[in-house]
Amino acid sequence: MMSKFEELTELKERAEALPPEATEAIAELTLRITQLEESIGKENATAWDQVQLSRHENRPYTLDFIERLFTSFRPIHGDRRFADDTAIVGGMALLEDQPVMVIGQQKGRNTKERIYRNYGMAKPEGYRKAVRLMQIAEKFNRPILTFIDTPGAYPGTGAEARGQAEAIAHNLRTMAELQVPIVATVLGEGGSGGALALSLADRILMLRHSIYSVISPESCSAILWKDQAHTQQAAHALRLTAPDLEHFKVVDEVVPEPPEGAHSDWDAAAALVKESLLRNLGELQVQSAQQRLRGRSEKFRRIGEFVE
Amino acid sequence: MAWFKRDKPSVQTPAEEERRVKTEGLFTKCPDCNNVIWKKELEGLLHVCPKCAFHFKIDARQRLEFLLDGGQSEEFDAHLRSSDPLQFVDQKNYPDRLEKAIESTGCNEAVVNVQGSLKGHEVVCAAMEYRFIGGSMGSVVGEKITRAIEKSLQTRKPLIIVSASGGARMMEGVLSLMQMAKICTALAQLHQEKIPYISVLTDPTTGGVTASFAMLGDLNIAEPKALIGFAGPRVIEQTIRQKLPDGFQRSEFLVEHGMLDAIVPRKELRDFVADWLVFMSNGRSAGQ
Repeated sequence: MMSKFEELTELKERAEALPPEATEAIAELTLRITQLEESIGKENATAWDQVQLSRHENRPYTLDFIERLFTSFRPIHGDRRFADDTAIVGGMALLEDQPVMVIGQQKGRNTKERIYRNYGMAKPEGYRKAVRLMQIAEKFNRPILTFIDTPGAYPGTGAEARGQAEAIAHNLRTMAELQVPIVATVLGEGGSGGALALSLADRILMLRHSIYSVISPESCSAILWKDQAHTQQAAHALRLTAPDLEHFKVVDEVVPEPPEGAHSDWDAAAALVKESLLRNLGELQVQSAQQRLRGRSEKFRRIGEFVE
Repeated sequence: MAWFKRDKPSVQTPAEEERRVKTEGLFTKCPDCNNVIWKKELEGLLHVCPKCAFHFKIDARQRLEFLLDGGQSEEFDAHLRSSDPLQFVDQKNYPDRLEKAIESTGCNEAVVNVQGSLKGHEVVCAAMEYRFIGGSMGSVVGEKITRAIEKSLQTRKPLIIVSASGGARMMEGVLSLMQMAKICTALAQLHQEKIPYISVLTDPTTGGVTASFAMLGDLNIAEPKALIGFAGPRVIEQTIRQKLPDGFQRSEFLVEHGMLDAIVPRKELRDFVADWLVFMSNGRSAGQ
């Protein structure tokens, strides 16, 4: 955004040095600069602002949305292998009387909760729980709605020993095979592989002030600049905002938030998500399983840019 | 007047720089046991230390040469090259990094796709090139691996992927991440078609590559002492604020925890894979 702005400013300067016949062009450019300035002020906060908004401590989390979107949420626990991962919640719920399987990453709001939820960072048992719930949905032919809000999969010793990578990989392949409709909604932070493990869906929706990235701006700065001073620059370079992801055709729909952001009005935020969920799910449910599987596979098949 | 007369001319010593025997580049040191090895000898040993069996990293083309039957391989999709979709700039421009990698590796990207044969079995094989920006996976790696899977689907030839990668490529942001989803979707089809897929993990295989196709083989096998994991060791050390024990995330550790099917030394890889390909090919009539 800025580079374009600078480019236009420079163009304007050059245009001013031109004879009077260029005045028309100058007028046009001035108008465009004003438009750009306005858009920066309003819609296009910096990427770093977006990162901070997505992590806002008053932002509604998965369970806050579940409470407002569904009735009769009946959570179930455990992966039947090792443990219950409290960073991922899930179970049946009713969406306007329609039974659906809900699975989401859950963060904590205070220190105690944060530790209990492991900061929303799931371990292999969390992903294995998620896939178990998805298979229940598949068996009973119910749609799956996933909610994404995680800094990433937990990078710890136990998680490695129990196969964090295998758990995520297995989720991805399983989700590619499921016949039931899947809609993923990015609520806050979409952190790398940990977020992707619940994202291989027919539709990916993204809240306007949520982010989705291959790596956190902090880690990106640490690796590429070898310090923490370039975090904001990294946030910008990574193109991680909802409009960016829509531009790259990764995300199917950007869900608007209340004017001041989802943290300012949870009910209004949930109502906007609900509208989008119902509409997308409705569109998917009139398709056959074969159509959905083809659509899902084609959606991901197309992602990527290169020179042939 | 001298008492003794020198009849012969004095011995001519060569100039300082000529006096040394030039050994630079001829020998290499094993990073594991510090044994000094003649490079020529190392080549004959498939780049495995004769003293401690340490497996040196090898490049993609060498890998394919060691793994497949000689003179049979035909490369495909070699022309695919990365663009710069994010116009990513850190301390270097992404296109400059790419240019340098292409120059130093002789590969257009971090994976080489071939059709070839392994002890007579026709296979599709993709080998990753770690020297190309750490074997990282961007759009092209994702696309080429997907096309290798599609080639397997079309020809029904078994698929072998040899991984060596630090994970997703930051410079292509979320597009890199989504390659994992793209590849896994294609692998799901391969799985349903019951076409064999053998994943060979080599040092190092981490991040998004491990968390997608590298762990989805009918067999996931690895070379000895290869670093294999989701998070890199440094990230884990920062999280737990402790030093990791020796051997953590090495092949042996993964086998012990049930996360790998086998550790196969480089010199046995061909035989191991070939036997399993016998098992996996045309087995459907066995139950009838």
